[in-house]
Amino acid sequence: MQSETKSHVDQLTSPAGHSVTVLRFEGDIASTSKDAVLGTYQALSKATNKIILLDFTKVDYINSSGIALVIQLLIEAANSGQKVYAYGLSAHFVKVFTMVGITKYAGLFPDQAAALAAL
Amino acid sequence: MSEVRTTNVEVRLPSRMGFEKVAMSTAASVAKLMGFREDRIEDLKTAVAEACINAIEHGNRLNEKLSVGVVLSAGEDSLEVKVIDDGTGMKKQPAKPDIDRKMHGEEDARGMGMFLIQALVDEAEWVSGVDGKSSYVRLVIRLDKDQG
Repeated sequence: MQSETKSHVDQLTSPAGHSVTVLRFEGDIASTSKDAVLGTYQALSKATNKIILLDFTKVDYINSSGIALVIQLLIEAANSGQKVYAYGLSAHFVKVFTMVGITKYAGLFPDQAAALAAL
Repeated sequence: MSEVRTTNVEVRLPSRMGFEKVAMSTAASVAKLMGFREDRIEDLKTAVAEACINAIEHGNRLNEKLSVGVVLSAGEDSLEVKVIDDGTGMKKQPAKPDIDRKMHGEEDARGMGMFLIQALVDEAEWVSGVDGKSSYVRLVIRLDKDQG
């Protein structure tokens, strides 16, 4: 019933010359998304992927279990000295992420261009 | 004294994760018919989804022989949603999640559903059923006077 979460990774370079690893998600982010969210992140080298950008542009539904997966990703990233940012959330999910405090540990941007320009 | 008209819509969900989206869509459709703003409909969708997830996971413990009842009562200026399960109900009120404690491993990364419900609707109450059954959460979202 829950739509499968798809994810893939792109490597970009910000205008300032930083290497940025983009995790692009598609579908629902829910309890069934562990492999797509944490699995994809954990497959990346923590030594070489220092800036992680989460792309939620093609995500329609995020529930509290999905938010918990994002928090688990943030915990691992913080423990590995990585910086995490996100973009593409709807106004509603920007509000929800702010309410639960995620914005304290992951900067949010409206789109990829705005995120890359700030990195 | 004028009579207040209430229109009821009822949905029964299997206790299987993912079916909360059926209740979410139904609630959104009713709220749209009532004239709620799009941002309030989004709030309602998340609150209803989280209430159904709690009912499926904690109330009915994912037992697919049990169903979750969702009763939407559309009044003149508010929408009430009751999400009913066969659990014993919530023993305590939801605590506000503490992101710092979560980040430091002092608090479970999960456990935000009840907080989100309470934060996104105008009223939320958890009621334990008699004999430890038919517990429900009751949500109310009100139409703003200035929204058309």
